[in-house]
This record gives sequence, C-alpha cells and structure tokens, in this order.
Amino acid sequence: MIPQAVLNEWYPVAMISHVGPWPGRQTMLLGSDINVFFEGDAIVVRGAAGDLAVTLRYGHVWACPGTPAHDLFAIPEAGQPGRRLVDCGVVRVKCSPLRAVENFLDIAHFPFVHTDVLGAEPHTEVGRYEVQIREDSDEVWATKVHFYQPQAAKSAAGGIVTEYMYRVAAPTAAVLYKTCPNNPDEWDVIAIFVQPLTEELCEVWPWMALFDDTTPQADLIQFQQMIFLQDRSILENQIPRLLPLDPGKETPTQADLTTVAYRRWLKRKGLIYGAQMVAA
Amino acid sequence: MKLYDYVLSASCYKVRLMAALMAAKLELGAVDFHPGRAHKSADFRAINPAGTLPVLVDGDLVLTESTAMLVYLAQVSKAGAWLGVGPAQTAKVQQWLAFSARLGSSLGMARLHDMLLYPGDIDAFRKAGVECLRELESHLTEARFADRIFLEGDTPTIADIACFPNVALAPDGGVILDDYPSIRLWSRAIRALPGFIEMPGIHRLHELKPAPEAVPPLESLP
Repeated sequence: MIPQAVLNEWYPVAMISHVGPWPGRQTMLLGSDINVFFEGDAIVVRGAAGDLAVTLRYGHVWACPGTPAHDLFAIPEAGQPGRRLVDCGVVRVKCSPLRAVENFLDIAHFPFVHTDVLGAEPHTEVGRYEVQIREDSDEVWATKVHFYQPQAAKSAAGGIVTEYMYRVAAPTAAVLYKTCPNNPDEWDVIAIFVQPLTEELCEVWPWMALFDDTTPQADLIQFQQMIFLQDRSILENQIPRLLPLDPGKETPTQADLTTVAYRRWLKRKGLIYGAQMVAA
Repeated sequence: MKLYDYVLSASCYKVRLMAALMAAKLELGAVDFHPGRAHKSADFRAINPAGTLPVLVDGDLVLTESTAMLVYLAQVSKAGAWLGVGPAQTAKVQQWLAFSARLGSSLGMARLHDMLLYPGDIDAFRKAGVECLRELESHLTEARFADRIFLEGDTPTIADIACFPNVALAPDGGVILDDYPSIRLWSRAIRALPGFIEMPGIHRLHELKPAPEAVPPLESLP
C-alpha cells in the first residue's frame, strides 16, 4: 500500500518538448503504468484508474496520482528575464528515487567523484553551513555552503570558491543555487527532478536556469550530463537499496547535515516511497 | 583536428582517449545527441550522411568510423607501433577492431537501453555482451600466461583502445565485470597509461596517487 501522503505529491513524468500523440511516453509512476500524451492541445497523463492531475512547469510535465496536497513548488528564477532554461533530458538509474535526491544534496563526494571539475584533492573540506526545515514553505534548505571547485560551471575559467544553497522542494525534486561565474549578483539555478518508477528505479531529469549567453546549448547539456553520469554508477551500487530513514550503523558527519534533515523531513511527512524504516 | 563529440558516447571516448595518449590536440564540438538528437538533423547529416557520432575532421579529411580515427591518430602522431608490428600482429589488431563493433552492438546497446531508454531486447544485448566478455577474458588470460598484458604484443595498440570503452562501461548496462579478473587487470593497465583520460562511468586510478595525508599507525592511536 502506498501511503496517501506519497500519492498526493507532484512528480515529473516527461519533458514537455518530447511529448507526442497517443500512446506518447509509456512509463511508470510509483509502480503503476502511465501514458503521457497529447490529446488535442492538452497533455494527458493516463493510468489504469483514470487521468492524473497534471501541471506543466519548468519544461516538464508533473503528475499527481492522488489529490494534490498543494500547488507545485515555485522556482521564481524560472521567470526571470535573461536566464536560459535548459532541459537536459532523462537518465535512468537503478536506485531509490530518494537516493538520487540525497546524492544531489551531498557536497563531500565532489573531489572524489567529480575530480578536477566540482572538486579536487586535497581541497576536500566542507566548511560549516546552516540547515533548516523552513516552516513557512515546508522545505529543507541548506545555506552558506562554501566549496573550492576547479571548474564550477561550463562558463568558469578556473578554480573558484563557490557558494551554494540547496533546497529540497518536493520529495523527489531538489534545487541548488550556486555562484554564477558570469553574474556575481545572481545565482545559477540547477535542479534535478526525479521520477519514481518503482522504489528501486528512477528516471532523473536535470534542469537549469542560467545566466550564460555564450556557451552553446549542447555544451551546457553535456556538462550537466557528464556530472550526473559520474554519479550514476555509484548510485547503482549503494547498499541498502532503499534509503534508511532511521539512524543505525551509519555515522553522519558535520558535512551530512543536509541529508540528515532530508531524511527527517521525509519521515515526518510520511514520504516513505523508496525508503526503509528499519535501521541500517 | 575537430571531433564532433558526445560526452557519454563510448565511441567518441575512444577517439578522445587515443588523442590524449598521443598528446594530439583535438578541438571538441559538442553535439546534442541526447535529448536533442542533433546527430540526426539535416545540418549534421550534411557533415556525416549516416547521422552517427563521432566525426573527425582534419582539413579536407572527414572520418566517420571511430576505428579509422584511431588509425589516423596513430599515423599522424608517428606512433606506428600502436597499429601492430609485422603482418600477423597488424592483422590481429584489425580483427580486434571488428570485435569492438560486436562490443558496441551488445554491451554498448545494453548501456544505451538502461541509461538513455533506447528501445531493444535488453536480455539479448546482455547475452551477446557476456559472450564477448568471455572471449576477451579467455584471450587476456592466455596473454597473462605469456607475460603480456595488452591484447596484441608487448605494448598497447589501437585494439586495446577500440575495445576498452564498451568493456569498462559494461556495468552501466547491467553487466558486471566481477567475473573477469584478466579483463579487470587489463583495464587497470590501460588506465595507468601516461596521458590517460576518464569519462563518466570510467574512473581514473585514484588508488595509484599518493594518499593525501599520512595515516598514523594504528598502534600510535589512543
């Protein structure tokens, strides 16, 4: 039985620009088959029990299998003039959707997995940062995260100390804000939208809203895909396969504050699809 | 030399890797293979009518087969030994280039299926891939008994570079390499070559670098 709280959330199911007529995109959401297709001018998400609630935003189709508990989260930067919105396509990963989000929130792995791009030895220290579960928006936020990066973005010429903010906006969607090499007054916005096919299989849709007028689209997409695919083989080998929400043998460190908060937030809200409740 | 490139393509990586090993300069032109399918666009087909990646352009020369690009990079870099030495070995290197096409249509397709949702019979891809791996493991084990580590001869050839990417990326398509110790040692030998570069899914040899900090001996700890 999937808890009602899980069913009442929004999940990404397709890239708007790639939806076609029936049968459209044949895929799964929370273990059930769905079709995402155009019917006339409207995009429909149809499951065995009928049509799902649909929202179109941030280049993607979002569906809610239950009764939406709230509107889809806002990313105000998406409407800001001068930003380029980049759909990066889909990558399938054989892992819990929650683990895909958790990996996105982790900074400490950068020097080891994204070597010479997002991090480099010996600059492995994650400085102290702040984490809160914001009561007004009911989101997890990590702020004042600083990290040395050899090539923080496609548009970065050399190593810089990058500042990050992380935000868990939905159970399977996270947004990061990072120093924008082209525009010091603004943040580059990079998100991952994770579609839970089953508890151990997901499809991940990276999406970006950047200030960058010069880098060709293909380079921006490939930079993001390169980063994400460096994570994929690690995600597919994580044990246990489901994300443990109760502390057990794992010993979190200072650098893991964000993921600790993410796990607590999931547990408190009963968003346990892809999670295990036995201590690991 | 300009390489029309896709960062996640095993075939494109063959060429990037070979160029790096030859210390040859490549200008990379990213093509939006996924999700844009730009390699099938009219603009790109004007360069390569087959609509495939990679494409290597050097002056008037346009190459569209990655194995041909390996030959070209070895020749222009005056690294003739990378093509094999003597009639028999040169011919065997060519056999491996053909074998690498089998790797692409088995392990390579399994990876595209599992990762980028390519259609196809995943069980058939994996089965054909495992058959290739068993052949390769058997050959490399024999080579080890003869005190060699690369596919042909005592030094690396384009045969190694052609076969390495789809083998090393096999886990991306759900085919694990735990059962093939000779392949894993061969992979390590390639990753240890001077000038080696990585790609997503193929990691560099972190373990060969000196530890960043000295670890105090256990007995000295309280």
